[in-house]
Amino acid sequence: MDKRKINIPWLFEMAWRDSRRNRSRLMLFISAIIFGIAALVAIYSFRYNLENDINSQAASLIGADLAVSSAKPADASIKPLLDSLGDKRSEERTFVSMIYFPKSKGTRLVQVHALQGGFPYYGGFETVPVAAGTAFKTGKEALVDKVLMLQYNVNVGDSIKVGEITFLIAGTLNKAPGQAGISSNIAPTVYIPMQYLGQTGLSKKGSRITYSYYYKYDHPVDMKKLVKNIDPRLDKADMNYETIELRKENTGRSFGDLTHFLSLVGFIALLLGCVGVASAIHIYIREKIASIAIMRCLGVKGFEAFLIYLIQIVSIGIIGSVVGAFAGTFVQHILPVIMKDFLPFDITTTISWLAIGQGILLGVIISILFALLPLISIRNISPLNTLRISYEEINLVRDPLRWLVYGLILLFVTTFTYFQLDSWVASIFFTIGIGIAFLILVFVAWLLMKVMRLVIQNSWSYLLRQGFANLYRPNNQTIILIVSIGLSTAFICTLFFIQAMLMKQVSLSSGANQANMILFDIQNNQKKAVADLTRQQKLPVIQQVPIVTIRLDKINGKTAEDVKKDPKSQISKHAFSYEYRVTYRDTLTPSEKIVSGQWIGKADANKEIPVSIEQFFSKRNHVNVGDHLVFNVQGLSMPAVVASVRQVNWNKVQTNFQIVFPTGVLEEAPQFDVELTHVPSVKASAKFQQAVVRAFPNVSVIDIGQVISIIDDLLNKIGYIIRFMSAFSIITGVVVLIASVRISKYQRIQESVLLRTLGASRKQIFAITALEYLFLGALSALTGILIAVTGSWLLAKYSFEIPFAINIWPVLALFFIIALLTLVIGLLNSSGVLNKPPLEILRTT
Amino acid sequence: MLQAVTKPSVQNLYKKQDPLKTILNIEDLGKTYQSAGRTLTVLDHINFSIAEGSTNAIVGPSGSGKTTLLGLCAGLDKPGSGKVELANINLGSLSEDQRAQVRNQYVGFIFQNFQLLPTLTALENVMVPLELRGEKNIKARSMELLDKVGLADRWHHYPAQLSGGEQQRVSLARAFSNSPAILFADEPTGNLDTETAEKVVKLIFDLNKEAGTTLVVVTHDLELAAKTQRIIRIKGGKLIADEKTEDK
Repeated sequence: MDKRKINIPWLFEMAWRDSRRNRSRLMLFISAIIFGIAALVAIYSFRYNLENDINSQAASLIGADLAVSSAKPADASIKPLLDSLGDKRSEERTFVSMIYFPKSKGTRLVQVHALQGGFPYYGGFETVPVAAGTAFKTGKEALVDKVLMLQYNVNVGDSIKVGEITFLIAGTLNKAPGQAGISSNIAPTVYIPMQYLGQTGLSKKGSRITYSYYYKYDHPVDMKKLVKNIDPRLDKADMNYETIELRKENTGRSFGDLTHFLSLVGFIALLLGCVGVASAIHIYIREKIASIAIMRCLGVKGFEAFLIYLIQIVSIGIIGSVVGAFAGTFVQHILPVIMKDFLPFDITTTISWLAIGQGILLGVIISILFALLPLISIRNISPLNTLRISYEEINLVRDPLRWLVYGLILLFVTTFTYFQLDSWVASIFFTIGIGIAFLILVFVAWLLMKVMRLVIQNSWSYLLRQGFANLYRPNNQTIILIVSIGLSTAFICTLFFIQAMLMKQVSLSSGANQANMILFDIQNNQKKAVADLTRQQKLPVIQQVPIVTIRLDKINGKTAEDVKKDPKSQISKHAFSYEYRVTYRDTLTPSEKIVSGQWIGKADANKEIPVSIEQFFSKRNHVNVGDHLVFNVQGLSMPAVVASVRQVNWNKVQTNFQIVFPTGVLEEAPQFDVELTHVPSVKASAKFQQAVVRAFPNVSVIDIGQVISIIDDLLNKIGYIIRFMSAFSIITGVVVLIASVRISKYQRIQESVLLRTLGASRKQIFAITALEYLFLGALSALTGILIAVTGSWLLAKYSFEIPFAINIWPVLALFFIIALLTLVIGLLNSSGVLNKPPLEILRTT
Repeated sequence: MLQAVTKPSVQNLYKKQDPLKTILNIEDLGKTYQSAGRTLTVLDHINFSIAEGSTNAIVGPSGSGKTTLLGLCAGLDKPGSGKVELANINLGSLSEDQRAQVRNQYVGFIFQNFQLLPTLTALENVMVPLELRGEKNIKARSMELLDKVGLADRWHHYPAQLSGGEQQRVSLARAFSNSPAILFADEPTGNLDTETAEKVVKLIFDLNKEAGTTLVVVTHDLELAAKTQRIIRIKGGKLIADEKTEDK
């Protein structure tokens, strides 16, 4: 007998023919894929667009792609390098100087910025009038901080005298990019054009001027690579640099949290896509078993049957994915328009071809992978099924191909997760987590079937027995529904829990909880009086801390001279040139966390002084736990040992320190106090400043509202993005869940029709269906929520490193919503049987 | 391994009709199943052979093993023990795919519950076996067969749009479409009313006679069995009688 060749065109024709009948049913399956992929693409598109948005806003923190600064003018050795960087360049000189207000005859120490060029390249000066932000550079004009304007009662059009030159006030400065760094020498800001700096007479030799150079690139540049190249030369010239990425890292953990959260959203979108597609494909193939058995009977080979349905699945996958990808893009475009009034910021809605491409590719891969599981069993479907269901269950556990497919699915999920998380370890843990969640749900389903078999009593009413028996009888949908509803619930709840925890973190760092005014140089005997005055003005005393100024003399026995001489030394020579402002206390603040070593709050007179250092200080100077430092406290040498390294949340404006001493050491050293408060408005700020200056002339008041408003805006935006993305993902999760339950429509239809034929009333069918779906919905929701609680705890502890806390009421609400939703969809599935004559349904199924 | 047999064309096979030539040979056939942890013997040491062109009935009460016997004879499953030879091919030594090819070339089926592919029209259902063989001009031949069973005007209807009798007639047209050497019918009238059943039985025998196909009918309808040349009786998985009916 000749071996028959596979007739590919015929396989395609059969695949097409098989799909024609009952298009509405096919549409149901395709719609599940569409929902899954639309969810994935919409989430990805939003994610990419929001990431771009937040990155460009982050760029306004520095105002340029690269900023280089130095305490001395660039010499001939470094000038050529500075001139070769960037496509657009700006220069700035910054210094502290007294200015004079001719109108009010007042003087004030301010920070003068003399600017030349197009800086800022990202963001802009926020001024009143708006045009003043750019116009001041062309004339003898200045921009003046809004608080100064109020304090000295000057208006636009008045003048200020900086050194020898009088400038016309062109505008009130509300916000300026590139200023988000907070240090104790911050003073109110005045901008003047650089071409008049020489004439002011303030830039003479010996003046403490910071020289800044800002660069903008018109084309994409790998900044990491660039700074790696220029770092040694800049370091040699005693120059510092900063990029947007570096500033983001230093600004605090909110960016990191957002990136983490968006990765989690991406991962969950992928899994939602998987659930949507896999459950549809699984049931679709299961329905085809009878047809496959007939084909096999007529002589179709196992592999041919496999190919017929593979062709169909790939086609369904492509159609569903393409439509889903464009539907997702459409949603991403239309949603911001609909929600315009509710969103406090604009969302960019460019078409993300990357998201579309990923969606289509993923849709097809998921379709094929998850179809392979039922498809490979096609090879084992006996043609005997045409005569009767086979006596023997096929043992698929031993089928090596089945394990190969499981392996491929795991590999796919891990690899794709890697693209979302950018870490193999995290990807493997995430995949294992999902695998465990899957197994738990399968086990719960299996247990439910076993238990139901045992507990159902003959004494129960028929409806109860039938409803519960549906959970384990042949052709039951217990496993598929518990897994798909349970996983969807777990994803939805995990997102909900994590976003709530993150929002708590973000709100801690923003708004009214954030200090926006700092009072310096408070003497010990003024401490209480200043605090009382603050409270009298109905302002909060957020923090009061003592500050001691010290220098660092030695690191592990090496002085600045030793480090300079030793080319191999990893210690930055700058470590010895700074004046450190340190504090002492016996506890950590909420924004601090020990990352290595042990926090020691009290010094032991007989031991070396145990200090705690901040992790960037540790990294920069290669100083770790156990290393020895010698400090110079106002001429007194003080040996200390590094007892711990702290991670500090720099997001929160408070007195954070690179070095913290324990109590019992610095109490008697010369020191001053700093107080932090929050002023609600510019007017309140001016009023409070006037009161402080009157009562305590030695105390400096610095309003950092202007500085932190940029960070605050950013944190607010991050908060909205987290809430928006989680709300959107949760809604899409619910849609996928609905689609997964909806595809079970045809599972029970035959027997419901039979029961109707035998005389069952609408009410009875309704009750039987309701029992089955309610039980499945409730159990899956409960299991899903428990999985989500565990998952969220693990994510909070190990991934986000935030305190774990969940609110019980939303959990209960979620449980009832999901159980009820499953019940409603289940009943809707049966509505055809309930409302139409049995014959009509039998004819159409 | 597949036994080396030359692939006879369907037409040649019919020309070679020789009442003494065996198309199906069953030797010591046994089949057991594992059910709920127990071994269930469904067929026990069955022996018989069937001559080409003959008409045969396998009869027995429900649960006697006649459907399993038909399944094994037609190559739908592997024998547990013994031998099944169809057209000189030992089915026990073939893989499932090889048996599928044998079925496509030599076997036609009629089932009690019709087993039409629900997603294919009447005409497409008839065409499938020929398409599998890669034959040409099959549409005209399939339409001819549909015409013979009186359904030429219903060719574009899906199974769900046809009555039980009409579905069985489509199934008949399909069974004869690949001009099988042997036709297996499992309770072909089991799902039909008496009047329709009579029409279907007449069609089966008329078409069979016209094509010269060997016919094996599994039934408990003794009236239908009596229309064949030979009745094989089985009970409890054992062959209890093998008798010739009066010359048909």
